[in-house]
Amino acid sequence: MAAANTLDTVELTERDRAMLAGELGEAAAVAMRILVTMAGVYGAERLLDIEGAHIDGCLYHGDSGVDFADLLVAGGARVRVPTTLNVGGLDLLHPEEFAGTAERRAKALRLMECYEEMGCRTIWTCAPYQTTPRPAFGQQVAWAESNAIVFANSVLGARTHRYGDFIDICAAITGRAPAVGLHLEENRRGQVVFDLRSLPHAFRSASWLLPAIGYLVGERCGNRVPVLLGLQEANEDGLKALGAAAASSGAVALFHAVGITPEAPTLEAALGGKDAEEWIEIGVSDLRAGLRSLSTVPGMGEAAGGGPHGEGLTIDVVALGSPHFSPREFAELLPLVERHPPAGSVEFVVCTNRLSLGHLEQSGGLERLRALGVRVVVDTCVVVAPILRTAAGGVLMTNSGKFAHYAPGNVGFDVVFGSLAECVRSAQAGRLWRDPELWP
Amino acid sequence: MTGVELEGRVLVGGAGAGSVLRLEEPLSFWGGVDPVTGRIIDRRHPRCGASVAGRVLVMPYGRGSSSSSSVLLEGVRLGTAPAAVVLRELDGILALGAAVARELYERSPPVVVLAAADWDALREGAEVSVDVNGRLRNAG
Repeated sequence: MAAANTLDTVELTERDRAMLAGELGEAAAVAMRILVTMAGVYGAERLLDIEGAHIDGCLYHGDSGVDFADLLVAGGARVRVPTTLNVGGLDLLHPEEFAGTAERRAKALRLMECYEEMGCRTIWTCAPYQTTPRPAFGQQVAWAESNAIVFANSVLGARTHRYGDFIDICAAITGRAPAVGLHLEENRRGQVVFDLRSLPHAFRSASWLLPAIGYLVGERCGNRVPVLLGLQEANEDGLKALGAAAASSGAVALFHAVGITPEAPTLEAALGGKDAEEWIEIGVSDLRAGLRSLSTVPGMGEAAGGGPHGEGLTIDVVALGSPHFSPREFAELLPLVERHPPAGSVEFVVCTNRLSLGHLEQSGGLERLRALGVRVVVDTCVVVAPILRTAAGGVLMTNSGKFAHYAPGNVGFDVVFGSLAECVRSAQAGRLWRDPELWP
Repeated sequence: MTGVELEGRVLVGGAGAGSVLRLEEPLSFWGGVDPVTGRIIDRRHPRCGASVAGRVLVMPYGRGSSSSSSVLLEGVRLGTAPAAVVLRELDGILALGAAVARELYERSPPVVVLAAADWDALREGAEVSVDVNGRLRNAG
């Protein structure tokens, strides 16, 4: 077994060894065994202490995830550090939103319950960084969920490697993680510079374009650390949209935005005092290409529905909230929808978490949105669970780079990407509406 | 790779053999592979429609979501996983899916990393076996 080999190469503390030997329970032994195997995979010399974890494994992808959680629960698993949960496969507050089979519902629910039994906080969100408490600058954590990882590292300056399902809970149960990758200072410096300074100022400060910028950054930088030079005025929602898109098209787990993110006060700081490995100039034509790759409808950008940007194309679904919508995003959405209510033919869904839902409910916004035919879903999202009522095969419009990337494969819709206002106006018309002012 | 033996770094050990499915572009298993059928479903991927089941999956590295380990694990459970995964760069997320499969089901495809020049030498459709020490042999 690989674990047997890596035992010789990974330096373990007495407590690590005790866990491995089963002295702290069978679940801790399983968790430590997997961690040690993975430490060997990553070439880590030791494990380090973590102060928090975010778990992605609570989302039902198939029975194997339930088998694993059952194994841990049966072995007496309890998390040793504060641990939050990513989306599950169900909206627990609105069970009627689930359109899948009773069997799938039961399994998704069992999986969510297993993680709750292990002592995790049931925030059920892919935007844990917009709830409280959130990790501090420099804090070592073990986070899963690609968009949460990139936000924690880039925007908060916390330190997590790119973890996935299973190792996340192993880290939470043991309080340990391999000392590797983005946990370590030397691996956090930027490698590829994306120079946006030749773009017109309006494009560099347009929040709706941030997913397109993120998407092309992810496509071109692969798993290296990108530095964005020339980005203007992005707020946390903008940075979350950019990071989510970059982590969808590429394996981006950390980006630096010069003058914006905490490890990049200057270009020199972002590069850790070294030269960039590659310098990529981003012009308007690159941005257009980024926008094109966010839509899958054939002929987008040419003459699909009649207009130069697909205007007139029939829209079946508008889906927002990947990552989960924040109170600020709802505040932007609400007046738009009140001015331009969706047509009855268009399914309009927004995904969010309970914290945002609470704000929305208190302000009366939830009732207003629902009255206008907008569904608000919590705890889960439309590309990971059977939530949409429209049959697959139609066209889904979104302002999310992550939805745009995953909706075709996961739920079988073609996608059109646009600004929030374009999504709302298109929902009203039942056809794609483009803002002539926006398109580069 | 005619008759030549290549040696890779073992991320998760095991043995497997099959014909090479060579992906020049990285693939996220989550949203990219249907674990029920083993087929590639990422419409933006050039090999969309191809099946990874029972193949020696040769790809540079994984990309995208951290849920890819779940999809690989589910593939192991359902018998649609690749016979082996041969990477050019380390990919912790796929290795993890394989490591958990060993804990849970006591079987998994080997996950091996080859040097770039060796990785380049693997041809689509070639019959290849991977052993527990990370050695690849032409099995055709």
